[in-house]
Amino acid sequence: MSMNNQGRPTGTGTSGFASTSGSALLPNEPLLFETGDTEHSGVDLPDVTISSGRLGGFERKMPLDLAGLTEPEAMRHYVRLSRLNHSIDSGMYPLGSCTMKHNPRLNEKMARLPGFSDIHPLQPVSTVQGALELMNELSHWLMTLTNTAAVALTPKAGAHGELLGMMAIKAAQAAAGQDHRKIVLVPESAHGTNPATAAFLGYSVRPIPARADGTVDVQAVKDALSPDVAAIMLTNPNTCGLFEPQVIEIAEAVHAAGAFFYCDGANFNAIMGVVRPGDLGIDAMHINLHKTFSTPHGGGGPGAGPVVLSAALAPFAPVPFVRKHAGGLELVEHAEGEVLGRITAFQGQMGMYVRALTYMLSHGGDGLAQAAQDAVLNANYIKARLAHAFSVPFGDYPTMHEALFDDSFLAGTGVTTLDFAKALIDEGFHPMTMYFPLVVHGAMLIEPTESESKQTLDRFCEVMEELAADAKAGNSERFTSAPLKAPRRRLDETRAARSPILKWERPQELPQAAE
Amino acid sequence: MRYLPHSQAERAEMLGVIGAANIDALFSAVPAKALKNFDLGLPAHSPEFLVEAHMRALAGKNRAGADGPFFVGAGAYRHHVPASVDHLIQRSEWLTAYTPYQPEISQGTLQMLFEFQTQVAKLTGMDVANASLYDGSTGTAEAVLMARRLTRRNKIVLSGGLHPHYRDVVRAYLKDDADLECLSASPEGQGDILDHIDETTAAIVVQTPDFYGHLRNIKTAADAAHAKGALLIVVITEVVSLGLLEAPGALGADIVVAEGQSIGNALNFGGPYLGLMATRKEFIRQMPGRLCGETVDAEGQRGFVLTLSTREQHIRREKATSNICTNSGLCALAFSIHMALLGEAGFTRLARLNHANACKLADALEAVAGVTVLNKTFFNEMTIRTSQPAASLVERLAKRGILAGVPVSRLEPTDPSVANLIVLAATELTTDADIAALCAALAEELA
Repeated sequence: MSMNNQGRPTGTGTSGFASTSGSALLPNEPLLFETGDTEHSGVDLPDVTISSGRLGGFERKMPLDLAGLTEPEAMRHYVRLSRLNHSIDSGMYPLGSCTMKHNPRLNEKMARLPGFSDIHPLQPVSTVQGALELMNELSHWLMTLTNTAAVALTPKAGAHGELLGMMAIKAAQAAAGQDHRKIVLVPESAHGTNPATAAFLGYSVRPIPARADGTVDVQAVKDALSPDVAAIMLTNPNTCGLFEPQVIEIAEAVHAAGAFFYCDGANFNAIMGVVRPGDLGIDAMHINLHKTFSTPHGGGGPGAGPVVLSAALAPFAPVPFVRKHAGGLELVEHAEGEVLGRITAFQGQMGMYVRALTYMLSHGGDGLAQAAQDAVLNANYIKARLAHAFSVPFGDYPTMHEALFDDSFLAGTGVTTLDFAKALIDEGFHPMTMYFPLVVHGAMLIEPTESESKQTLDRFCEVMEELAADAKAGNSERFTSAPLKAPRRRLDETRAARSPILKWERPQELPQAAE
Repeated sequence: MRYLPHSQAERAEMLGVIGAANIDALFSAVPAKALKNFDLGLPAHSPEFLVEAHMRALAGKNRAGADGPFFVGAGAYRHHVPASVDHLIQRSEWLTAYTPYQPEISQGTLQMLFEFQTQVAKLTGMDVANASLYDGSTGTAEAVLMARRLTRRNKIVLSGGLHPHYRDVVRAYLKDDADLECLSASPEGQGDILDHIDETTAAIVVQTPDFYGHLRNIKTAADAAHAKGALLIVVITEVVSLGLLEAPGALGADIVVAEGQSIGNALNFGGPYLGLMATRKEFIRQMPGRLCGETVDAEGQRGFVLTLSTREQHIRREKATSNICTNSGLCALAFSIHMALLGEAGFTRLARLNHANACKLADALEAVAGVTVLNKTFFNEMTIRTSQPAASLVERLAKRGILAGVPVSRLEPTDPSVANLIVLAATELTTDADIAALCAALAEELA
C-alpha cells in the first residue's frame, strides 16, 4: 500500500479516474472531490451581478473549494455508490430490533404529492387544512391501535420520542410536587437510548437485572421501587424478542409507587392490532414510524417517533398539536397550562406522517394485525428451524417478532459472532444484529419481519445451518477471513478511531527527500 | 394483502414446523385479558387506487407553493431541487438500506456520509462535521449542551435574533434552567448579546442571517465570547447564504449549527429536515451524533466506517454525549447530491440569484405606502413593518392567492411590539411578476 506524506491510505481512485478493479458492477468509486472540480456544475443558473450594499461587508473572501459534477457524472457517481449497499429491496435484512420490512412505493408517491411536499410549515393554517386532517387521521390510528388518550406527533426519531415521553413524565411530576423523584429503572436488556435519555434529563439510572428466562421479574421491580423513583423504561416486547408476561403487574406496581411506566415501542410491530399497550398500563410509548409503519430507513434516518400518552400525561404534550374548532382544524402552537413546550421547530416529520398513514390505509386494521402475526410466525419459524444447530438462551417457549441465539454453539470453534455475521455476508444476506441485547453472550438477534416469504426463510435457514455446521467442523478460516465477496474486506475500525480522518483533504505534494 | 407473502397454506405449514396449534399459541405470553379483546373499528385493507384517492383528496385541500406567489421563509425555504436528486434518493439501495452497521456492505452510505461531512466542513469553514442531526432546532439544543460539557460552565445566552422556535426548543431541553438567558426579540437587528457575556457563560448563540433577516457580525461576537472564555455557537437557517457570506469558521465560531433543508429537500410542512453540525477538531469527542471516518480494509483498500462511537448511546449508555441514535441519512444524501451538482460555481450563482431577487423585493416593498423595510442588511429574507396588524393582513393576502410571509406574532404571540411585522423571503424561484402581485395586493389592502 502506498502512503502519502500525511500517512493517509491512498486506495484506488486518487488518480482522478474511476478505477473499476474487481468488476464493472463493483467499482471502486473515487470521492467526488477526486473527480469533480470547482468549475463543473450540474445546475444551470444565470450568473447575476449583485451590488454589495446590503451585505454589510460580510461577503465571503475565500473560495469554498466545493467540487461540482455535471448531471451525467453525478448520476454515475451516486448510482455506483448505491451499488455498494445492501438494501431491503436487494435481499433479506434481518437486523433485530430494526424491523427492516418492505417499504411500499405507494408511500413514496403519496409523500411527493405537491399538496404534501410543497407546503410550508408556517403558511396560513387556512391553506393547509388537508395537512392537519392527515395529522388528525394518523393520530386516530395511533391512539386506536394503542388505546391511549393522546399522541404527540412531533418527535423526529425514536430516541427523540423517548426524550419527549420522559420530559412529559418529568413535567407531570414537577406539577404534582414530586421533583424529588430522581431515579429511573431500566432493565439491563434495554436499548442504549433508554439510559442515555434518562441521564440526559438528569435522572440517575438503576439497572434491573433480567431473569434467567430473559424477562423482567416483577419482584425485582418492586424491590427497586421507592418514593424516589420517577419511572421505569421498559421495552415490550423486549429486546430478547419476548413479551413481558408480567407487564400488567409491573405497571400496577409502578403506578402504586407513584411512578410512571414509559414503554419503548421499538418492537410494536410484533403486536400492532393484536395487543393494545394502553391495556397493559403504559403511560407513554414512542412508536418508530420507520420500523412499524414502513417509512423508509434511508441509510439511517430520517425516522419519526410519535409518542402516545395516557390520560395522566396528555396535558403535558408538547406544541404544536391539532385541535378541532368551529371553522375546521386549528394548529395549537402556543398552549397555556401544563404543556412542556416545543421539542422541534415546526410540525415534526410530515413526510413520514404521509407514508405511515398510506401504509395504514393499505393494510387496514385487519392487515396490520395480520402483519404482526406473520412477523411473529416468521421469527418462530426461524427459531424452530435453527434451534437444533444454534444455542437458544431462553428455553423452549414462543418468541415474538425476533429470534435470539447466543454464541455457545460456537464454543471451541475459534469463530466469533462477528466472524459468523461476516460469513453470512458472503452468502448474500445482511447479518443479524450482533452483540445485542447485552444480557446474552455473543448475541445474534434475527428479525425477519412479515415481509419475508417462506421460500426466503427456508433459504436463510439452510444457509445458517450450513454455516453452523461448517464452524463446528473446524473450518474457521472461512469465517475469520470473511467477507470475501463484499465490495470491501473487513475494515479496520480501530485505525479509524485511533487517528480519525473525518473529511477529505487535498493530497499534499510529496516533499523531495533530503539527500 | 399485497404486502404479505404467505398463503394460508404456508401459514399452516409453518405453524406445523413450529409445533403450534394456531397463531394465538405464539402469543401465549400475553395476558389473556389483553389479547385481541377489542374491535379496533378501523377500516379494512384497501387497494392501491383507493388509498391513493383518499390521500389525493387530503393533499388537494392544501395550497401548494407552486400555486401562486410565495414569500414564506422563517426557517424553511422554497428552493428548486434538480430532478436527478429525487430520482437518486429513491433508488432501492439508498432508500431501503439502514444505518451502516456492517460497513463491508454499506460502503455507498458510508462514502456518501464522508463526502457530506467534507462538504459541511468546507461550507461552514470548520474542521469537522458530523453525519447530520434531526434538524437545525434540535441541533441548536445539542450544541448548547455540548458547550456546557466543553466549558464546564452553565450560563447560555440566546440572541434576540435567534429563530423563536429554536429558542423554544432550547428552553424545553433545558426546562426550568436558571442559567438560560433568552434576550428579547430584536427585529431591528440591534446588537444585544455582547453585554451579557461573563465568566460563567458557557456559550452565546447567534443566528446569521438572523430570524428577521439581518446579517450579524460574527467576528465581533466571537471576540467578545472568547475574551470571557465562552464559546460562540453560530446558527444558520438558510444554508444558501453560505454561497455569498463569509464562513463562520473563518470568523471565530466554535460550533456551527445549520438547517440544511434548503439544499436538496422539499418543504414537507416542516419535516423531515436535516441538522448540520460542525466544530473544531479539539471538540470532536464532545460532539453528539454519528461520525464517518476513513480507514482501510484487510487488503489495504480505502474504505469508510462509523467511528468514535464511544461517544454514543449504544456503547456508553447513560454516559453518552446525547441520546441521539440516528442521523437524517436520506436528507443528508439529498443535500450532498444537490451540493455536488451545484459545485462551487453553481452554489455561488444560486446564492447571488437569491440575494438579487431579495434586493428586488426590498426595493419594491419600500415603494408601497404603509410598508417599511426594517433591514439595512439581509441575504434573502427581510422584515417589514405594516400599517395594519400583520396576522389578519397575511390572511387576507392568502385569500387573494398570495402567501406573503410569516407574521412574527405567530411565533411571538405575547410580544405586542411585533404585531405589525412580517418576515418575507425571496429565493431563486421568486419572479418579478410574483413581486409585482404581492406589492399591488399589499398596496390595496393597506390603502
